[in-house]
Amino acid sequence: MTWTRKDLLGLEELTQEEIELILNTAESFKEVSSREIKKVPALRGKTVVNLFYEPSTRTRVSFEVAAKRLSADVINIASETSSVRKGETLIDTGKNIQALKADIIVMRHNYSGAAQMLARHLDISVVNAGDGWHEHPTQALLDIFTLKEKLGRVKGLRVTIVGDIAHSRVARSNIWGLTKLGAQVTVCAPKMLIPVGIEQMGAIISHDIDAALKDADALNVLRMQFERDEGAAFPRQMEYFRNFGITRDRLEKASKNIVVMHPGPINRGIEMSSDVADGKNSVILEQVTNGIAVRMAVLFLVAQGRDQAGEAR
Amino acid sequence: MKILIKNGRVVDPANKIDEVLDILIDNELISKISKDIKIQGAKEINATGKIVMPGLIDMHVHLREPGREDKENIFSGTKAALKGGITSVLAMPNTSPAIDSIENVKLLSNVIKKTAQANVFIAGAITRERAGKEITPVAKMKNIGIVAITDDGASVDDDNILLKAFKEAKAAGIPVICHSEDKKLSNGGVINLGFVSTKLGLRGISRESEYKRIERDIELACKAAAKVHIAHVSCKESVEIIRKAKKKKIKVTAETAPHYFSLTDEAVVGYDTNMKINPPLRSSEDKEAIKAGLKDGTIDVIASDHAPHTENEKDIEFDRAEFGVIGLETELAVAITELIENKILDWGGLVEKLAVNPAKILDLDRGCLSLGQPADIIIISPQEEWVVKKEELTSKSKNSAFLGRKLKGLVDTTILAGKIVYQRKQ
Repeated sequence: MTWTRKDLLGLEELTQEEIELILNTAESFKEVSSREIKKVPALRGKTVVNLFYEPSTRTRVSFEVAAKRLSADVINIASETSSVRKGETLIDTGKNIQALKADIIVMRHNYSGAAQMLARHLDISVVNAGDGWHEHPTQALLDIFTLKEKLGRVKGLRVTIVGDIAHSRVARSNIWGLTKLGAQVTVCAPKMLIPVGIEQMGAIISHDIDAALKDADALNVLRMQFERDEGAAFPRQMEYFRNFGITRDRLEKASKNIVVMHPGPINRGIEMSSDVADGKNSVILEQVTNGIAVRMAVLFLVAQGRDQAGEAR
Repeated sequence: MKILIKNGRVVDPANKIDEVLDILIDNELISKISKDIKIQGAKEINATGKIVMPGLIDMHVHLREPGREDKENIFSGTKAALKGGITSVLAMPNTSPAIDSIENVKLLSNVIKKTAQANVFIAGAITRERAGKEITPVAKMKNIGIVAITDDGASVDDDNILLKAFKEAKAAGIPVICHSEDKKLSNGGVINLGFVSTKLGLRGISRESEYKRIERDIELACKAAAKVHIAHVSCKESVEIIRKAKKKKIKVTAETAPHYFSLTDEAVVGYDTNMKINPPLRSSEDKEAIKAGLKDGTIDVIASDHAPHTENEKDIEFDRAEFGVIGLETELAVAITELIENKILDWGGLVEKLAVNPAKILDLDRGCLSLGQPADIIIISPQEEWVVKKEELTSKSKNSAFLGRKLKGLVDTTILAGKIVYQRKQ
């Protein structure tokens, strides 16, 4: 199959085949990062703009490295330093970037749906690097890529996602992606962190981490943000760690080969203990490495998809 | 001038009329209704195959003047109303300044006198600046023309203040219109709380935030033995609460808006900010409950909650966009498309919701075609299909939830006090 989309906005709208195409493309790009000269000319002459409305080092750097390894030119715009602060609308900012003849905008935004809105108004490609609580497709893709690499398959795997599901774009994208590829997803959290109707996205709900760990092939631990002001019902940090924190003791009762992931940055001792983060089951740093390959694949494919759309017009 | 409307199906439920008749208008008033009226020198309108009904009364309209004339003003809003077959509107007081004092009622009355193209009735605020703290001079404002009080857009949180307001409204003989929303429960939400809000990653507004507040509003009204009208009912529990209150003979009336019986939160998928409305579009279960409430009379009124906003306020991130949609020009057609076509209401029932009941609730001498009445009359083509297009809207703002939708029923002629004030181009 060939990729025909100019944008990557989320995993909800992708087919199983499209997701597999990204993963396969990423596999072929992974080797580039282990070469002595870590560069291929796939996007030579293309311009990628990282437009970040939320502070993010990890995702932005990952996209930047990915674009550079494809020989693209990269420009970084952070909302604190741009005309956004002067009140420019997102659409105007996007149109200005388009007028600079950039080819791809990689956007992180604190509002859900911002990437969709931008993509609708522009002819150039938009890659969603996380929008509000909605989706973070490349994070889920690199999680799935890592799982597949470690366990040899995705279909039939049992994956538990633990943490603040309600406010997590990583959880949503993972649920869409994993279920489309035939994995079984359990989301585990205190009641108030499980959003209404999440089971309709295909996830199983659990409030008992020990039970949710028991048969899991993989565990994805989300970052907890206790600074979130969600009122009195939000769990306290110590209470959360006691009931849901991932510790060595807890993990010992799970499968010996369970794969432990975390999208980073880790709050050590809050959602997982250090001995788990650094332990033998952890693939957290491999996720970071794989993130480059997955983002190379995404940038490469959307550029191709836009060219095709251009020809079709 | 005399106008003779020939051979139209006259639907006038206030007088229990639904048959093909002629109507003669003489000197601004309805002078005769019968079969085969023959008269010299009258302007004749052939209404064969058409429906003739009282001009509609929309009791929930934001005309934005004074203060936000870039969104809408009295002139443009009433022009849009006439196109939609609406000859009378109730202007909501959440303007800038709010209609919360004698001076501001006078200010607004003056603008209405100068520029209104339709009848504009005024709702005063319940509290100063709609802040929920200090009650406005209700009786004095009533004396210079307000017909209801409401803090629409906000709910009076303090029970004692609302109770006092109910008592004053009762003494003044006017209803209190409640925007029933507990903002602590709606919690900064932007769409209905449910699967769609979860999927889109948007903060949800629970149904509780509406129906719990309706329960309280009815309870306090009951205590004061005052008339309460619940604005924009959107969910099933609310319908049930109002139904029960009516069974207990409590003086409660209620309205819903066309979007609540035609759309659900599924319409928000894609983050269309024209679907961002407060209260939010709910689930299909709620939509069906609203229809059932209209059918059994629990919901008395259909009102547009016409809420114009500029493109700058809508063409932005969903969370930042303003709440609200325009509705004057689509209200009747959406009602016909959803309610007449699906046999939820008959024509008489529809006119009750759109004219008779609003007139009763606001105590207006309108909404019927009785002899001697001011001739506010509309003539419509009930079968005519049309598509809602941005460029064809009269309202200053274009934030319709029905853009691109095919609807049934078009207004051909709007007559206000015996004058043809709108005529569709054919």
